[in-house]
Amino acid sequence: MTRLAEYKKERLDKLAAASADTGGVSLWGDALRRLSRNPVAIIGAVIIGLFILLAIFAPLLTGHDPYARQLIEVRANSGEIPGPQPGFPLGVDQEGRDFLARLIIASRQTLLVGVFATLIGLAIGTVIGSLAGAFGGWVDTLAMRFVDIMLAIPSLLLAISLVAMVQHPNQWTIIIAVAIVQTPIFARLLRGTMLAQRESDHVLAARALGVRRHSIVLRHMLPNAMSPVIVQATLALATSILDAAALSFLGLGDPNPDRAEWGLMLAQAQRFLDASKILAIWPAVAIILVALGFTLLGESMREAIDPKNRR
Amino acid sequence: MLRVIVRRLLQMVVTLVALSVLVFVWLRNLPGGQVSAMLDERATPERRALLEKALGYDQPVWKQYFNWIKLVLSGNFGNSRVGGQGLVLDEIGRGFPATMELSSAALIFAIGLGIPLGYMAARYKGRLLDNTTILGTLVGVAVPVFFLGYVLKVIFAENLHWFPASGRASTGLDATHVTNFFVLDGLITREFDASADAIHHLILPAITLGTIPLAVIVRITRASVLDVLNEDYVRTAEAKGLRARTIRGRHILRNAMLPVTTTIGLQIGLLLAGAVLTETVFNWGGIGSLLKDSITVRDYPTLQALLIMAAGVYVVVNLMVDLSYAVIDPRVRVR
Repeated sequence: MTRLAEYKKERLDKLAAASADTGGVSLWGDALRRLSRNPVAIIGAVIIGLFILLAIFAPLLTGHDPYARQLIEVRANSGEIPGPQPGFPLGVDQEGRDFLARLIIASRQTLLVGVFATLIGLAIGTVIGSLAGAFGGWVDTLAMRFVDIMLAIPSLLLAISLVAMVQHPNQWTIIIAVAIVQTPIFARLLRGTMLAQRESDHVLAARALGVRRHSIVLRHMLPNAMSPVIVQATLALATSILDAAALSFLGLGDPNPDRAEWGLMLAQAQRFLDASKILAIWPAVAIILVALGFTLLGESMREAIDPKNRR
Repeated sequence: MLRVIVRRLLQMVVTLVALSVLVFVWLRNLPGGQVSAMLDERATPERRALLEKALGYDQPVWKQYFNWIKLVLSGNFGNSRVGGQGLVLDEIGRGFPATMELSSAALIFAIGLGIPLGYMAARYKGRLLDNTTILGTLVGVAVPVFFLGYVLKVIFAENLHWFPASGRASTGLDATHVTNFFVLDGLITREFDASADAIHHLILPAITLGTIPLAVIVRITRASVLDVLNEDYVRTAEAKGLRARTIRGRHILRNAMLPVTTTIGLQIGLLLAGAVLTETVFNWGGIGSLLKDSITVRDYPTLQALLIMAAGVYVVVNLMVDLSYAVIDPRVRVR
């Protein structure tokens, strides 16, 4: 960027900040404005948007039934998995099913796993964190000790041991395990921001006005403490998808061979690498892209709400 | 300083006790219960009864917990089903050096490349180097570890033949193993070709395992150097006319290292998890491979022992990080 452009930008930013100070633009409004100007955030949002559209319209986009065997000869174990051919742009998978159709339909399962794992983790973490942050004292100590212990186990190992407890794991086992692993992070984060809120002037004002305690917590503290948590949730979407893929790779995933999910497809494809590399590459590319999308958006959100970047 | 150490140690004890309760609960909820988990399927009813009595199933739960703790502290996790019929502890002892070697190599790769790269990115903020570095770290975190391993393996081992595809040492190499740290063994016995061979085998797995820590270390270094750059004392140092090298080393890097140290500590714990995936891809035969195998056959005693060990390592590493804070930052000592 040239000096002049930089100068202009700085001037505009100062102007915007000045108007924010007087006009009372909220933290989120300010953050959103900065987000919409950040190309990284836009790229992330576009990637995620495309994947969501893909998931919504998946059944309309698949040419063949993703669960049906096609009339193509496949001998996966002796290294014969037919590649791209007319009607099948990406060929078939080790079971002789349309690979492209499975790849598309899998977007649903993968996003589902990520979203549910994150939402459940977020919900539990929010309850623990806001209780600890709002009440302080022994509630805080107890909750944070518990959280520290959960954080003391590397997350993937914790998820592994949770899944190992279940005799017949399925998709929900993975979702719950990944969600539990995410919980302490959210709890810890929210507790910190809630504690900061407790000391703030507007909470003091609300208390002085005689606002009821649960109303202070729910309406004055929680909404103001949520923004870092939402940022973390965006980043957590990426890690939950990656963690779920790792669990699948370790053989802890859903044993149902029909299930189309990128992590599972990637894990299954490892066994047939000699026969076909694209069976592993495409699910991996999809996972990387979707994880990258959430990471890009999450990181730019983190930057946007950081008061240090407010000018 | 002493107070800090004592307080941290006390906290660590509390954490470990609570952790053991957690593992105990986990163990009791395993399919088939604790006794089946500790014995294999072929155990005679007599042995089963013996163990049930040893664990004191007729006694109150808190007493059972203490009995279990006694077993754990004596290192008795039962028999491992993974590697023949050896004791779990022996299996872990065999795998431990392999994993330690791999993790150290990965950490050396991540720190050695991460801190300079992060520093350079901060110094040239907004330029091409900075932007490509940041983009690289974002992509690096998004790639599944095991997929990265396979890609490296296919490209550099199977196609280019630059590196071996799996294992820790070439077959047919006659090396003496003293410590089972292969690189170290070669140095001790002066079989330098064995050391070189071990390093050759280490490179691809170390890069695989080290990529995520690398990305994280680069980002945290960059962020904390940027923070420090704007500090008043840096400006003061510049105003005093100190040499640029002194400012960089004493004022910027030393202060920027605080968050970096914490992050590195956190990464060490995560390395264990990453090792599971990396070792599986490269057939490494360490703790990670053991864990993967024990999952496959649902070998609970091994899983339990590994879980306790991993958490223990993590807790100890965190303690060390806290203590190193006191060394790096004199302000912490006062608090």
